[in-house]
Amino acid sequence: MSKVLMKGNEAVGAAAIKAGCRYFFGYPITPQNEIPEFMARELPKVGGVFLQAESEIAAINMVYGAAGSGARVMTSSSSPGIALKQEGISYIAGAELPCVIVNMVRGGPGLGGIQPSQSDYFQATRGGGNGDYRHIVYAPASVQEAVDLVMEAFEVADYYRNPVIILGDGMIGQMMEPVEFKEPKKRDLPPKDWATTGTKGQRKPNVINSLYIDPKLLEDHNLRLEAKYAKMKENEVRYEEYNLEDAEVVIVAYGTTSRVAKNAIAKCAEEGIKVGLIRPITLWPFPDVAFDKISDKTKAVLTVEMSTGQMIDDVKIAVNGRKPVYFYGRTGGMVPTPNAIVEEIKKIIGGDK
Amino acid sequence: MAIVFEKTKGLTEKPFHYCPGCTHGIIHRLVAEVLEELGVLGDTIGVAPVGCAVFAYDYFNVDMHEAAHGRAPAVATGIKRVHPDKVVFTYQGDGDLASIGAGEIVHAAHRGEKITTIFVNNAIYGMTGGQMAPTTLVGQKATTAPYGRDEAHTGKPIRISEMLATIDGAKFVERVSVHDPANIRKAKKAIRSAFEVQLSGKGFSIVEVLSTCPTNWGLTPVEALNWLKENMIPYYPLGNFRKPEEVE
Repeated sequence: MSKVLMKGNEAVGAAAIKAGCRYFFGYPITPQNEIPEFMARELPKVGGVFLQAESEIAAINMVYGAAGSGARVMTSSSSPGIALKQEGISYIAGAELPCVIVNMVRGGPGLGGIQPSQSDYFQATRGGGNGDYRHIVYAPASVQEAVDLVMEAFEVADYYRNPVIILGDGMIGQMMEPVEFKEPKKRDLPPKDWATTGTKGQRKPNVINSLYIDPKLLEDHNLRLEAKYAKMKENEVRYEEYNLEDAEVVIVAYGTTSRVAKNAIAKCAEEGIKVGLIRPITLWPFPDVAFDKISDKTKAVLTVEMSTGQMIDDVKIAVNGRKPVYFYGRTGGMVPTPNAIVEEIKKIIGGDK
Repeated sequence: MAIVFEKTKGLTEKPFHYCPGCTHGIIHRLVAEVLEELGVLGDTIGVAPVGCAVFAYDYFNVDMHEAAHGRAPAVATGIKRVHPDKVVFTYQGDGDLASIGAGEIVHAAHRGEKITTIFVNNAIYGMTGGQMAPTTLVGQKATTAPYGRDEAHTGKPIRISEMLATIDGAKFVERVSVHDPANIRKAKKAIRSAFEVQLSGKGFSIVEVLSTCPTNWGLTPVEALNWLKENMIPYYPLGNFRKPEEVE
């Protein structure tokens, strides 16, 4: 199939429909409005349902109902809206339902701003809702990757019966790039015999629930979930590594920031400074394994984020004291420039060469 | 020997956890009987609330979802949009529906969502131990209104049926009570009409059922039935507020 030029948000919607998503429940918020607008236009054409909910809270609970009924379903929002959805995300994780949730991150806290940001890393990876739960978080760095990951996300969500987060940012959502819609790798998915479809008098009632009033039963449930999350950690880690072999400094960056970092790496190369990159594609599970590939020649690790430093906690855990870890970030909707990153690298290695 | 009464197939064998004298059990039975009589048990999906009826998913012999506090109408919306041919209902108390879930119920009604809501109003938070609800009567004592509800401080109790009856998408709105056998029969008839409105695809339907909470009201079961009759019905008048023309 040939490539088409699409805005990130619309491409996300198109990818979802291609992946079999037929239900979308959302609420307007900038900078992701093109997703619900695209779904409102396109879902009826394929026999699907778009519904604008009265709030983000209602939208995620509609997702809970639809997911429990066996449907492929998605919602999208941006940072403050995702904060409101956390109640539902926790219930969905607790009841083990599959769905895809897109966050086109904007600056915070509070109402914040509407420019691209990566300041929802903690919210996305630490579980913004209550309780012991985890979900896979994909961080696309291009419109093409957003398309690929959205399609994959539906398979992964069904495979594990777990919500999956696509963590984009205003930049990924708003920019236009050529994309190709490739068939995602199909997983061997069992029938959704747990879904509420009416018993037809043929089976015992199915119950979608996250309540376990007996603490022993809740502990058993928590441990069962933990075993599932362990499988995700084992099988679903994704990252890109770039120029790690003889890098003096290794940058760690994801999404939009990783693209700026690559420009900075090219500029450094022109000046004879060797810089590598680890780009986590899954923020959870975090690609700890990538950090074992950092060579002895590497003097330091530099985390670059559009925040005041959130992923750096995971980087420090992964580096585990083997190298010094530095941070450079812009926040509030400001995007780091390649030159600023080059300057940070020069500071780290001790001045110009 | 002729069988004059038997337990409905709409309920499971699980014993209710409700307090002595609580009328949740009666209301559960009425809903289950109506679903059985309409022949839709195998095609029904229910949504349980947070509150005393939180375990309703153990009692109704149909597919069920447990919803977050107040969110049952949104969850039911998601279910109904996926399964427009199924009967979908929510079973909610007054803390759940009239307080934290006020937004969800208003908008489900406003969309004309083809679901049925059984709204059990006992004028108090039961499960959490007798706190004041939006439906608590002025002067009524609750653990968070220890001197009685003061209108100047927390306003008057909210009348949900009257409010929802102003919404075009709400096609059937009726308030009933279960404090005596005659009213129980009327309640069942209203519940049946509400589900029939859903089956006809007309829109949203709700039955508000005035209910007792002897434990948190500090009354015996019989005193509680009398208290409901003497105090709740004057403020929450019984009757139909909205129905399609062909419903008698």
